[in-house]
Amino acid sequence: MNFLDHWALSGAIFLPVIGAVLLGLVPRRSELTLKVGALLASLASLALVIYLIARFDFSHSGRFQFVANKQWIEVIHSRYHIGLDGISLPLLALSALITVLCVIYSWDHFPEPFNPKAFLILILVLATGMNGTFGSLDLILFFVFFELVLLPMYFMIGVWGGPNRQYAAIKFFLFTLFGSALMILSFLALYFKGGQTFDMIALRHTIAAASLPAATASLIFAGLFIGFAIKVPMFPFHTWLPDAHTEAPTVGSVILAAILLKLGTYGFVRIAIPILPKAAHTWAPWIGLLAVIGIIYGALGCLAQRDMKRLIAFSSVAHMGFVMLGIATLTSFGINAAVFGMVAHGLITGMLFFVAGSVQERYGTRELSRLGGMLLQAPRLGWILGFCAMASLGLPGLAGFWGEFPAILSAYQPAAGLSLVTFRVYMAVAAVGTVFAAGYLLWMLQRVDFGVVKSEFEHAHIHDLHVPEYLAWAPLLILIVALGVYPHLLFHITDGAVHAVTTGIHAATGVAAGR
Amino acid sequence: MLLAAVHSAIQQQAFHVPNLDYHALAPEIVVSATLVVVLVADLFLAGARKWLLSNVAGWGLLVALIFTVELGARSHHASMVGGAYVVDDFALVFKGLFLAVGYIVLLMATRYIEEGDYFEGEFYFLLLCSLLGMVVMGSARDLITIFVALETLSIPAYMLAGWRKRDLKSNEAALKYYLLGVLASAVMLYGMSLVFGFTNSTLLTDIGKATQGSITKAPLVTLGIFFITVGFAFKVSAVPFHFWAPDTYEGSPTPVTAFLSVASKTGGFVALLELIYIGFIGRSDVWGPMFWVLAALTMTVGNLIALRQTNIVRLLAYSSIAQAGYILVPFAVAGSNTKSIHSAFTASVTYLLIYAAMNLGAFAIVIAVARKTRSGDIASYGGLYEYAPGLTVLMTIFLFSLAGVPPLAGAWAKIFVFRAVLDSPGSCGWIQCPTGTARPSACPPRCRPPSASPSWSSSSSASTPSSSPTSVMSHR
Repeated sequence: MNFLDHWALSGAIFLPVIGAVLLGLVPRRSELTLKVGALLASLASLALVIYLIARFDFSHSGRFQFVANKQWIEVIHSRYHIGLDGISLPLLALSALITVLCVIYSWDHFPEPFNPKAFLILILVLATGMNGTFGSLDLILFFVFFELVLLPMYFMIGVWGGPNRQYAAIKFFLFTLFGSALMILSFLALYFKGGQTFDMIALRHTIAAASLPAATASLIFAGLFIGFAIKVPMFPFHTWLPDAHTEAPTVGSVILAAILLKLGTYGFVRIAIPILPKAAHTWAPWIGLLAVIGIIYGALGCLAQRDMKRLIAFSSVAHMGFVMLGIATLTSFGINAAVFGMVAHGLITGMLFFVAGSVQERYGTRELSRLGGMLLQAPRLGWILGFCAMASLGLPGLAGFWGEFPAILSAYQPAAGLSLVTFRVYMAVAAVGTVFAAGYLLWMLQRVDFGVVKSEFEHAHIHDLHVPEYLAWAPLLILIVALGVYPHLLFHITDGAVHAVTTGIHAATGVAAGR
Repeated sequence: MLLAAVHSAIQQQAFHVPNLDYHALAPEIVVSATLVVVLVADLFLAGARKWLLSNVAGWGLLVALIFTVELGARSHHASMVGGAYVVDDFALVFKGLFLAVGYIVLLMATRYIEEGDYFEGEFYFLLLCSLLGMVVMGSARDLITIFVALETLSIPAYMLAGWRKRDLKSNEAALKYYLLGVLASAVMLYGMSLVFGFTNSTLLTDIGKATQGSITKAPLVTLGIFFITVGFAFKVSAVPFHFWAPDTYEGSPTPVTAFLSVASKTGGFVALLELIYIGFIGRSDVWGPMFWVLAALTMTVGNLIALRQTNIVRLLAYSSIAQAGYILVPFAVAGSNTKSIHSAFTASVTYLLIYAAMNLGAFAIVIAVARKTRSGDIASYGGLYEYAPGLTVLMTIFLFSLAGVPPLAGAWAKIFVFRAVLDSPGSCGWIQCPTGTARPSACPPRCRPPSASPSWSSSSSASTPSSSPTSVMSHR
């Protein structure tokens, strides 16, 4: 391994926060320096991620690569252990990309009360938290990064948010912290049951070797489940999401939707399921149930919304339902679909929130009943909204399709030992959910894009796309098409890694069946 | 110290000069010398030059701190007067902490006292006296030494609490603190006398041996341990013995409040650590359940009441009550075996060190802000970011740390506590407690939500003990 192979991942994780510290030294007035600095820091991190992709050994995507394993907190045997496999690499890339795009989008879109310095610093700290979560292979390290994300997002919502921001920010914070508290207890339980290690990979073997009583494993899984399910968010834990999304500034919503929600699903795929496969097997039907409830509930919720952002937020609940359904099948097909769904949802919903932010900025409102005829006033923005709506409803040929369709399909044949009937019912319900998705997205499109311009905006001057918007959105739009036309691009990265996970599940549940 | 010496002399039926290691006693000697200098110099200094005393006191503390660090760096350990006075790593860590906290409190107090038309010289003298008690407490390994140290640290603190002498609230603070403190001392002393009566020794190591041996189940020893624990529960303001704390904290001058809530409370905990882990380790059947109840109540009640506070100092007072609950949690699970004793001990010590830093920080900001706003209302912190961004960021860090949000230190403290709990076998009784601190986000300009962070804590009742009493102290 050469020097860069060794340090690129750490660099990708920590460059943003180093940038944030440096920005802290720049005076508040020199806005341009701040913006350029933030852009450079995020670009540097992205460049390293691209380097990692270039150097990644795709034929062994199930193996962890670019591993660094250094002593960190000796007393509790927690190590600085990072590495990438086929599951974390796409998500890391997504996170680094979205960070850059957010910095670009904010170029002259800083929300009230302005203060670019603090805002950019928060974005960069967020980036470190997100990248670090996807890179870490040690539970404590994971936990630290997972929580690091919380503070900047709390401030982003609480300071730059909409009128009801304080409520939303606290709700977001308390929900997530509640989940994390259970999560850390489960981590500690894993530590003590799994031979005093926090190493995610070692734990897979030591926990399997410890052959925990089913009740204990189930209880530990429950802690992890609540921690991650709140972040996803799954059905009964989703109530923080619409508020947080609606009140957050545009960039906050984008990061929240594109990356933060994935931290939860990633936690399932990386930690909960590989380490406790048997418990996952026991819980799978219930996870599946909550997932399909989420799909239908989210969709129905969308239909009742009057605020564009809130609608998109509820659609996130539905989409994450598909992701969780894929995960609940515990098959390599389903988990592949889930990882694809995470990336696709990140790209598409991120885009939708960008558009919603731009609409809000131009019209000063996101209320669907007041908008209309955007194609007449800002055709490009209107068509991009149409494109994203299509992608989001799962039109074949765009990225959204490859997240939803295989997830539904995988429910037809869940992992051995799971009830076929149950999952086929889930499949049917989820399929109905896609129809709802088409319903609410087209409804939104119709209300915003088509029809005539409402009288209050008839003489308003509505700008079409700005340069920063072009720059920020083009990569996302290109990726949505590229992944839609050629999904193999992503599937061939994830497949090996997912296979490594499912082999573990089969091994564990096979033993269970044999007993 | 003197009493301990006298005591050991009585035991040995003949007086001989105890063999003292003056090098190991250097921090105590320096602090004592400084306080004498401050007291005497106060007589001769004119009012306008009283500020010199603060400098003298500060330098004295720094020198003492340097000695402490030096002793620690060279691992200079000593055991004096028959094991009643011990200088080891445990003692040095806490001496260092007390001296550092004392120095910071001094820095916070100097301007406050100078501007407030209070007695200056006496303030520093009393502060140093109290600190001397704490420094001695770190080394005390004997009932009488512990008691003397406790009174040395408490009595000046009673007076400091009433330092704003024209303020009724301050008078109330001092009176409440004094009456309940004395009550606690009396209860504790009674407990100590019972324990002494049965074990025939005031040395903690002897008591440790005795309570593991023949007289283990004597009901009066049980009563003694109960009384001692209750006494210290007052000192560390554990629920339901916490009623004095919020009033005292609110009424005292704020630097004194910081001192009480950090240093004085830590002093109580140090004594508790010494007593429980050396003296009464064999009787976890008595104190295990007690601490279990105290910890659970303290965490829950402290946090819940904090939610309803409108005054920042009262809020921090309840928050520090809740934090004490967390420090008590490891005690509840310590009794099961050697390993869990070790991890419980580590957890309490870690928590104390981190707690001191973050709580002191929060109080420092409160003092700095109150100097401008002249108000303790949480509402008056609105828009703090507009005129004091630096303070806001720091306050944010301290409060989030108190709430236990990673990657700040407070989270590690809580992780250590959780680990201690999970490390004890039979940790079946997990109880849910709302944790954290009520947090007034004075921080972002338009955002000041008082909120609390929920999280889980677990405790379990202790089972059978089996450990040599002294192993814990040497372990760390």
